[in-house]
Amino acid sequence: MEIIGFIANNWPVILRLAGEHISIVAVAVGLAILTGVPIGIAITQNRRVADGVLYVASIIVTIPSIALFGLMIPILSKIGQGIGWLPAVIAILLYSQLPIVRNTYTAITNVDPALREAATGMGMTPFQRLTRLEIPIAIPVIMAGVRTAVVMNIGVAAIAAYIGAGGLGVLIARGISQTDPRQLVTGALAVSLLAIVADWALLQLQKRLTPAGLKR
Amino acid sequence: MIRLEDLTKRFKTPGADIVAADRVNMEVPTGEICILLGPSGCGKTTALKMINRLIPPTSGKIYIDGQDTSQLDDIQLRRNIGYVIQQIGLFPNMTVEENICVVPRLLNWDIRKARQRAADLLDLVGLDPRQFLRRYPKELSGGQQQRVGVIRALAADPPVMLMDEPFGAIDPINREIIQDEFLKMQAELKKTIMFVSHDIDEAVKMGDKIAIFRAGRIEQYDTPDMILAHPANAFVADFVGADRTLKRLRLVTAEEVASTEVPVTARSTKVSDALHQLTVAKARRAVVIDSDRRPVGFVTAEEMAGASGAVRDFAHPLPATVPVRADLRAVVSEMFAHDTMWLACTDDHGRFAGVITQPDVTAALRATYGPDKGAGQEQGAS
Repeated sequence: MEIIGFIANNWPVILRLAGEHISIVAVAVGLAILTGVPIGIAITQNRRVADGVLYVASIIVTIPSIALFGLMIPILSKIGQGIGWLPAVIAILLYSQLPIVRNTYTAITNVDPALREAATGMGMTPFQRLTRLEIPIAIPVIMAGVRTAVVMNIGVAAIAAYIGAGGLGVLIARGISQTDPRQLVTGALAVSLLAIVADWALLQLQKRLTPAGLKR
Repeated sequence: MIRLEDLTKRFKTPGADIVAADRVNMEVPTGEICILLGPSGCGKTTALKMINRLIPPTSGKIYIDGQDTSQLDDIQLRRNIGYVIQQIGLFPNMTVEENICVVPRLLNWDIRKARQRAADLLDLVGLDPRQFLRRYPKELSGGQQQRVGVIRALAADPPVMLMDEPFGAIDPINREIIQDEFLKMQAELKKTIMFVSHDIDEAVKMGDKIAIFRAGRIEQYDTPDMILAHPANAFVADFVGADRTLKRLRLVTAEEVASTEVPVTARSTKVSDALHQLTVAKARRAVVIDSDRRPVGFVTAEEMAGASGAVRDFAHPLPATVPVRADLRAVVSEMFAHDTMWLACTDDHGRFAGVITQPDVTAALRATYGPDKGAGQEQGAS
């Protein structure tokens, strides 16, 4: 009951923090799509480069987020952005590369070779083949990667509160430092809810973007 | 016309160089279907794919209608060649209409013209455009998909088509139907077609000419009848099969063999008149026809000899009739099924069109061999 009361009394703050949280994840994953999809397509041209890129992306994900934030402080301090919004976005941008690059790469390489042969044999250029055939077919899998990145990084963004990036993590951090379970539980609930809602919304988007001929 | 000149493909592998096509020379005249036939790995698909440069040739020249295709860039060349593959390869993200319009759109056709073309082509293969244009490939049966695959290749009306085992993935019943449809279409369109197959029956049915490949070389390039009647060597003979003489039955229709000079008579004819007719024609039997000239039975001279009355009292029912357009294999099959030496043939309207006998069939098979081409051996077999 205490918690419900807390939520009811602090609506505006919770919404503002949720807005910050969303802005960090949306900007970071948005940039990750703009970089990860082209990288995923480009590495289909060379197996060894692909293995290398995916290996590096996997290693980045194994770095604990706290450590990654710590690593960026001295570097970004040189432009006066050692803590705050920017390092949070960069960390999430890096973490998002693995699911997006890997799913793009897998989806494009898994396009039926017969379709590729038919497209080439009919006189499509490699670029036409990519835009008219391979990307439309790969869309559902690429979107699945985006969903993974978003859900995973809503959690990471919560930790970014410790480097002053704001977001719902602020409630959790305060809850811990002030030994206040109301803030702690509210923050945790809000982060979970955000992840669930974001995943559902992206699933709807994925369905919209999937070509009708590929829907089951 | 397609002409291949010393076409060669070598693949470099860690162990040794593999020669997939070894100085292939052949010419396919305009409007003909040439079947590239052989066991797997014989180089037939390699030869085909060198024509649209999906596999770049190591050396040699390819001419289409007299033009050296090495002067054209890959993309232009391919847009002017129809291409059908065994896996069909319809694009699942596009509707049937969009699939058919792919090449016309690549060639910058007006969208309305391209759509009209798609509808016309669907009509041509018996698929209702109103029903099928907006469907997706997954909503079609295998046979329907393959029909769309073929008309997609025809969309921009290319003079030349390459078909890589186009009917290989279809069940035998539908394959026969689609093959027949395709031959009917080809009779009008007269495309120059290279067609890869590993099925001798399909080759004999579809091909104006057959090129038999082994280890990258052409072992024999000839008409189906010549290949079946006179295999160039033991490999070809083995490949076309020990029953090759029977396979030739498919190449001849009943019409070409049936004798039309057979006495016919009506049921009401008097026996004496019928006997007189048989004597004049020096025949032993007459076919009984009804007022629409449909064959309904037969009478023999022996049974009627010295009798009076009408033909109907002596008529036997016919065991079966065959359409005059059927091939000899179907005819022989009917003969064996009804244990008979002869059958009456009917035209498209069911009217009497002649009689075909077992000696007619064997004589037709023998005709190709001629006196100096091992006829004795073949006669022994027949």
